[in-house]
Amino acid sequence: MLDYVKLLILGLVAVCAAIAANYARDAAYLVHALLIMGAAAITFVVVLRRTGEARVPAPANEYMDGPVKAAAIATAFWGVVGFLAGVFIAFQLAFPVLNFHWAEGYLNFGRLRPLHTSAVIFAFGGNALLAASFYIVQRTSAARLWGGNLAWFVFWGYQLFIAMAATGYLLGSTQGQEYAEPEWLTDLWLTIVWVAFLLLYLGTLMKRKEPHIYVANWFLLSFIVTVAMLHVVNNLQIPVSLFGSASVTLFSGVQNAMTQWWYGHNAVGFFLTAGFLGMMYYFIPKQAERPVYSYKLSIIHFWALIFLYIWAGPHHLHYTALPDWASTLGMVFSVVLWMPSWGGMINGLMTLSGAWDKLRTDPILRMMVTSVAFYGMSTFEGPMMSIRAVNSLSHYTDWTIGHVHSGALGWNGMITFGMLYYLFPKLWNRQSLYSLKAVSWHYWLATIGIVLYAASMWVTGIMEGLMWREVDAQGFLVNSFADTVAAKFPMYVVRGLGGVMFLTGALIMCWNLWMTVKVGQVRKDAPVAAPAE
Amino acid sequence: MEDTYTIMRVFAGSWGMMFMLLSFLGVILFTLRPGSRQVHRDTANIPFRYDDRPMSDDSAPARTRQTKEARQ
Repeated sequence: MLDYVKLLILGLVAVCAAIAANYARDAAYLVHALLIMGAAAITFVVVLRRTGEARVPAPANEYMDGPVKAAAIATAFWGVVGFLAGVFIAFQLAFPVLNFHWAEGYLNFGRLRPLHTSAVIFAFGGNALLAASFYIVQRTSAARLWGGNLAWFVFWGYQLFIAMAATGYLLGSTQGQEYAEPEWLTDLWLTIVWVAFLLLYLGTLMKRKEPHIYVANWFLLSFIVTVAMLHVVNNLQIPVSLFGSASVTLFSGVQNAMTQWWYGHNAVGFFLTAGFLGMMYYFIPKQAERPVYSYKLSIIHFWALIFLYIWAGPHHLHYTALPDWASTLGMVFSVVLWMPSWGGMINGLMTLSGAWDKLRTDPILRMMVTSVAFYGMSTFEGPMMSIRAVNSLSHYTDWTIGHVHSGALGWNGMITFGMLYYLFPKLWNRQSLYSLKAVSWHYWLATIGIVLYAASMWVTGIMEGLMWREVDAQGFLVNSFADTVAAKFPMYVVRGLGGVMFLTGALIMCWNLWMTVKVGQVRKDAPVAAPAE
Repeated sequence: MEDTYTIMRVFAGSWGMMFMLLSFLGVILFTLRPGSRQVHRDTANIPFRYDDRPMSDDSAPARTRQTKEARQ
């Protein structure tokens, strides 16, 4: 019966999307309507093929690892796509001729930049978080995922969101807010998927068999809840037309800017920090085979992060129309935030105390520890840059870009790679990874790549900041903007090369993971699908 | 009658702030309460228990401890 209801809904969605495609007022909306129509039609066929068949009840004595596998593969795939886009736009900045004339309006820097940022944050990072939360919540609750195939809906729904966002960027459909570029239709779809994600997570926690909720789940749950809140508030928009992608924001002026950076900074704080800390608190203990150094400290880390992060947004708006008290508040909270961040870093690092020798033999653990070190470094750099006086030099320069990348590549990237190296042998029941040597290669390529990236951006950022403010004896500005662009060329090339190294490392990882699954030895103590004891 | 902005602003800077601060301190004190050590030690070892399959209903009371305990 339920299948018929599903078929009815899917059929209606496909027909409505087809009608919407016919009335579409712009190319992005047309593509989005066709994407929705295609997705609904494919799902319709999938549901139709199994309608009326006898249902095999899901085995309650097994974990549901299908969606984890899918999300892990998607993480590796989108990672390569996002890094490739990043390398390309880095060279576009160094060599403007790469903004091809024939692709003007589709593949120029302005269109590709949001594609890159969203691909790495939401596609690569988002799928990594899906994989991590599906995996961790089951293992630490000792229960199978709640809601039957809801996890598959979340996974495929999220991929549809990525496809809609990516095509929208290339076709110029954007609301012009950083990390919140997708327009209203894509936003609405993400809201539906996210609510399903929240229900899935809460449902699994509710039926947990462990009396306590392990701290990694707190971080992951806070990530899901906060992102839901941020996404809805920052995307309060009124569509211009039901058949067009353009919309108008409910806020105006400085209120809009403040809401956007409240969103933007907490996207960093809860998507890229809280979510990935959940990963850290599970996978580092697992890989090191030791419980977390101090569980108390992890709880204090959690609450301090939650209470402080949400106020740090205004530091993106120093010297603007924002009231002084608000920007001071943002600055102070950013500086205070240094404490819990370093508490968490120390907690992660000290988990290895007594097992430091593993760093010599285990490149995966080395990757995870390096990621925590980068977490510490960028959470020191960030508060420093949020201080008004420092910000007057660093803001609008490449220093910011360098800061973001030492956090994103170093912290988020490395912990995700560590997680993938842990997950693939585990999920596909392999004895070990295909090649630990390749992991070492990946590790060094990625680390040196990040160092090249961050160092060149420090140099060019500070140089640029100093050049912009340089005045002569009469008080006239010495440099024009184009002078700074010319001076930055060597650093741009170095940055691009750092990106190439990072991308090469990721490709080595994909090959290594592929070979692990394809030719790796089956794990000896692999659990067989046996009835419950 | 003052404008909405001022009312919200003053409230946020006084009662709102005190509420947040006290809740935060309460959470920290609760975490550090005497007797929490055993709970935390047990919870910190959760990742090492049900790695391959969920806890089945009949085995619920007798938990298997496969790994070393937390040092604290």
